[in-house]
Amino acid sequence: MDLALTTEQEEIRRLARDFAEREVKPRAEAIDHGLEFPRDLVEKAAQLGLLGMLVPESFGGAGLDHLSFAIFIEEVAKFSGSTAVIIDVHTSVGTEPILLFGSEEQKRRWLPDLATGRKLAAFALTEPEAGSDAANLKTTATRVGSGYVLNGSKIFITSAGEADSYVVMAATQPGSGAGGVSAFVVSGDNPGMTVGPPFKKMGLNGSAIAEVFFKDCKVAESDRLGAEGEGFRIAMRALDSGRIGISAQAVGLAQGALDDAIAYAKERKQFNKPIAELQTIQNKIADMAVKVSAARWLTWNAAARCDAGLPFTREASMAKLYATDIAMEVTLDALQVFGGYGYLEEYPMARRVRDAKACQIYEGTNQIQRIVIAREVLTA
Amino acid sequence: MDFRLDEEQRQIREMVHDLCLERVEPRAAAIDESGEFPWDIKELFASHDILAIPFTPDYGGVSGSAVTLIVAIEEISKFCATSSLILSVQSLGSLPIWLAGTEEQKRKYLPPLARGERLAAYALTEPGSGSDAGGMRTRAIKHGDGYLINGSKTFITGGSVADTLVVFARTDQDGEGSLRNISAFIVDKDMPGFKVGKLERKLGIRGSPTAQLFFEDLVVPGENRLGREGDGFKLAMRVLDHSRPGIAAQALGLAEGAFELARRYARERHQFGRPIAEFQGIQFLLADMATQIEAARALTYAAADAIDRHLPEINLTSAMAKVFASDTAMRVTTDAVQVLGGYGYLRDFPTERMMRDAKITQIYEGTNEIQRLVIARALLKETKS
Repeated sequence: MDLALTTEQEEIRRLARDFAEREVKPRAEAIDHGLEFPRDLVEKAAQLGLLGMLVPESFGGAGLDHLSFAIFIEEVAKFSGSTAVIIDVHTSVGTEPILLFGSEEQKRRWLPDLATGRKLAAFALTEPEAGSDAANLKTTATRVGSGYVLNGSKIFITSAGEADSYVVMAATQPGSGAGGVSAFVVSGDNPGMTVGPPFKKMGLNGSAIAEVFFKDCKVAESDRLGAEGEGFRIAMRALDSGRIGISAQAVGLAQGALDDAIAYAKERKQFNKPIAELQTIQNKIADMAVKVSAARWLTWNAAARCDAGLPFTREASMAKLYATDIAMEVTLDALQVFGGYGYLEEYPMARRVRDAKACQIYEGTNQIQRIVIAREVLTA
Repeated sequence: MDFRLDEEQRQIREMVHDLCLERVEPRAAAIDESGEFPWDIKELFASHDILAIPFTPDYGGVSGSAVTLIVAIEEISKFCATSSLILSVQSLGSLPIWLAGTEEQKRKYLPPLARGERLAAYALTEPGSGSDAGGMRTRAIKHGDGYLINGSKTFITGGSVADTLVVFARTDQDGEGSLRNISAFIVDKDMPGFKVGKLERKLGIRGSPTAQLFFEDLVVPGENRLGREGDGFKLAMRVLDHSRPGIAAQALGLAEGAFELARRYARERHQFGRPIAEFQGIQFLLADMATQIEAARALTYAAADAIDRHLPEINLTSAMAKVFASDTAMRVTTDAVQVLGGYGYLRDFPTERMMRDAKITQIYEGTNEIQRLVIARALLKETKS
């Protein structure tokens, strides 16, 4: 048992904390209220080498581990859920499939630009009819000559329209379920791909989430990741580590809310004393802190197992389920500590509540996580 | 970052697991039914050096690591929470000596406890002072070279079977002073004036005697005082910071034991022509139970690891582990009874006992309400996490 962070991980935590405090915090409100895609923050993170965290140095990345990645996402999410999810999607589900399943040539072709942030990545699995039932894809990839032609549409695609590179799952054998799915990397400037307008949403307002349409979209055989039929496995593996990122995002949202609630409780006076001296507020703070701490350990455990090359599907699902459920509870409780002020958009409390809700839904709804966990524990 | 146990801890886990499966599980229902202290289990633990786990080798023990200790407590609790208390209370009762004893006191008292020849207990709570532990009335008045102790204690786990007890008492003259006037004493059960009152009848942990203790002109030599006069309250709180992960581990073991029964039952029990494990209602229940257990385990092991690493914030981490693991144990054992349905409610299955046993983990070693105060105080003191 070794639960200490390494010196390198501590260093990343300091760097991430500094980046979040100095760059993200002052921009967070404007990003949310102005529905601004935070291109500036993405570029600044890229300059610090934070966009290529998981990519080896030989491909232009920082060669860091998933625990460092989780630490970074948490710090960003304390202030801006939107910025955190953009970086998370880019780093995990957008880039990792290439890293894990790409050929040497594909890695050389794509990774350096993604690792340095010259290009931004997205992941396109979900379709209007295939949400939780993700293998039931209607988007097809038909062999034409030496390549493929994609037809169909995707929905709920984070960074759609902003991204330069999309990992797209499509059916090479329509109707044969998970075994008939293949994965492709599609360039954002492919003329066969169009993107709908960003959806108006409850939260994550700085993150563009939109539909993506493929109409006779031509891709080369060399754009296919892994073997034909391997796409669903690639997607599931990508989601396993994507869930570490979403857990970290949820932990960050909750920790940020807790920090603000503690500071407010110490300042706000009612009945001639700080409300922090009232037991009902103390109880709330204690319960929030215990939940955040448990969620962080679950997230770090999943990350550490992933880094150690151990199976981590069960751990990542548990971290995702728990961290996102408590992020919802904690952001609501922290808002409550602020009372009427918490309900105002001048404070970050309402924004965190709106952002936290998405965490229970994307990267596999929490209902899907329970199915994954039940399967894992019942077959163990 | 690595939550996996090291080789020594894995071996201890296996040894304790196998032993409990073979010798403790078959006794658990009878121990609960009779409500009698299981001397045979105590002997079993002593002879396998399980009672030596809380102690370092230089005092006759085999480990002294907080993580190793909770591994053993967790494992025993999966089968019998009452039996796990024999080990946790051996640790709790000797912690004051370990933390505040002189070299001479440690040499005298710890080795017989490590060998399991003597049992320890920790006597803090009184009828009028539970959560408000500083409000105790038991007094220790200077008497020659030693002290004269008068008063009573209640809810003392293992109080009737212990040989060596650490008793907290006021050493101020008027008996109404501050927290700075509490001192700790090592008391031997054979000292004249030491009396065991009635044993409580309880909802659960029935084989663990919960005793009232009376001290009537009990003469304690000065050399039996632990630490300086007036340092007792601080010591009592430090002891709890060290022992709470043990209660968390007991709760964790209970939750895991109940979960395992529910998991197995769900796969075997057929209704509507298929195992109930195939129904989403049961799957989601099991997924939530497993996730809460995983979170409780992380907090519990992190708290024990913080003790082993001498981190400064064990006050906070131990309270977090205790409150979370015990609340989890209550929920998970209740849900396990639910998965087993009517059978879960019957004495024929261990789930109802586990549910009754789980309740105490939310109450003792500081109620969960007190844990929340401890946590809030620690957080509100800091400027930022």
